[in-house]
Amino acid sequence: MNAIEVRGLRKTYRGHDAVRGIDLSVARGEVFALLGPNGAGKTTTVEILEGHRPRSGGEAQVLGEDPGTAGRVWRSRIGVVLQDADDAADLTVTEMVRHVAGFYPDPRPAAEVIDLVGLTEKSTSKIRALSGGQRRRVDVALGIVGRPELLFLDEPTTGFDPAARRQFWDLIRALATDGTTILLTTHYLEEAEALADRLAVLSEGVIVAEGTPATLGGRSAAGAKVSWRDGGVQHTEQVADPTELLRKLIAADTDLTTLTITRPTLEDTYLALIGDHR
Amino acid sequence: MTVAAAVLPGTFTNGVARGKVEILQFIRDRTAVVFTFAFPAMLLLLFGTIFGDSYDDTGVSVAQVYTASMIAYGALNTGFITMGSGLALDREDGTLKRLRGTPITSTAYLIGKLILVFVLSVAEVAMLLLVGVLVYDMPLPDASHWLTFVWLFLLSVIVCTLCGVAVSAIVKHARSAGAILNVPVVALQFVSGVFIHPITQLPTWLITVASFFPVKWMSQGFRYVFLPDSMKQYEAAGQWELGRTALVLGAWCVIGLVLCLTTFRWTEKDR
Repeated sequence: MNAIEVRGLRKTYRGHDAVRGIDLSVARGEVFALLGPNGAGKTTTVEILEGHRPRSGGEAQVLGEDPGTAGRVWRSRIGVVLQDADDAADLTVTEMVRHVAGFYPDPRPAAEVIDLVGLTEKSTSKIRALSGGQRRRVDVALGIVGRPELLFLDEPTTGFDPAARRQFWDLIRALATDGTTILLTTHYLEEAEALADRLAVLSEGVIVAEGTPATLGGRSAAGAKVSWRDGGVQHTEQVADPTELLRKLIAADTDLTTLTITRPTLEDTYLALIGDHR
Repeated sequence: MTVAAAVLPGTFTNGVARGKVEILQFIRDRTAVVFTFAFPAMLLLLFGTIFGDSYDDTGVSVAQVYTASMIAYGALNTGFITMGSGLALDREDGTLKRLRGTPITSTAYLIGKLILVFVLSVAEVAMLLLVGVLVYDMPLPDASHWLTFVWLFLLSVIVCTLCGVAVSAIVKHARSAGAILNVPVVALQFVSGVFIHPITQLPTWLITVASFFPVKWMSQGFRYVFLPDSMKQYEAAGQWELGRTALVLGAWCVIGLVLCLTTFRWTEKDR
């Protein structure tokens, strides 16, 4: 059974369609990324799957239950990492992690979780005194303290510096290695590429493409762009397989000093996808 | 799944854990401790000093009357204001959203808030009585009066807390909570015989309006508990009216509960 199974999911706010019929399947143990610009419906979708928001239509099964009606036991099997929480500022890291751990049937030890997110040195600091990146790592600690089978991460690295982002990625990979299913939303392409087994691009409430980072939007089949400069003239050719063209160019003794062969990056593919759709 | 259900911590356990954390956070927030919690006692010291007279025929000092009446303010302060602004803040800073992502129930969260309100209310009353007894030589009443005190205090705290929960629904931003919540608190104290005593100095229609709200009955009841019987001549009806007090406060419990149940929201965004 898949961890997440969604068919025709819809959400309407006061006549505005935020989510317009989404199908999603996320297998157990998979890291799945939802990509999309602001306002595409990523957060709404995730909040529906977390059970925080009722849906307007469609089917949703998360860990085998309907998130709209699932109870406390179900909640103890998921983990939610909040995007912009500012709570518990006057508690220390350890106090807050212990407090939240107490809500779960079989929590990880607080010290272990704090170590996992790299905050051992800050464990007795008030949360108020932490930097933005450290604050988000507390959020992750609180999201995983209950040993969730499925973890929701909504734009977890917004505002991180590059080094903190790399550390965070290592943490997510470690959780994935342990078998945790992860649903991640992000608008950083490198993040999706670095972490996700599969991803989907969401634009204006619909999924416009789905695949692995390598194949998304026909990326692997998109061919290559071959460019070179010969006798002051710029040549560019779009080919499925550059081998034949190169052989021809070499046979003709063409000057290949400036030769480049490029394939579309994930970013090119992504921008084309959301651009096409708009 | 049934195995997991069996060891999921219960609502009461979680509620007590919430209560501890609420109290810890309150104590560590010095602004709240000084400016919210200590405010009624500061006002009492101020009023008692400014109005140094006594009621000639009964020998009761104005400061002693203020001490008794201000206990109503104490309950308003810890129940209504702490609860109302606390909920608005929890909604805004992500506390409620965080808890919704965990297996804790909303009842456990509210138990935690009630523990906070109850502990603060007891401490608030103790502080006011300490000022009354030490600074203004207020005599403490006998056992039967304390019995009245217990039910009156509990009803007052419950009414104020329920109304605080209900009113938090109309507070859009925690920043404005203090301003919004203090309007009814201050206004009701002026018309309910807390700041201005005897209440009979007010126009009759204003006393009628005040009689629809709980504060008038709370302060009147606390004056019954802590003042000599001869002081009843200064009340609106010339009587302590304990039965009617219980009735009005009981009705407000029901009103407050209904308002709570219809307006409570976990998050600031509606669906």
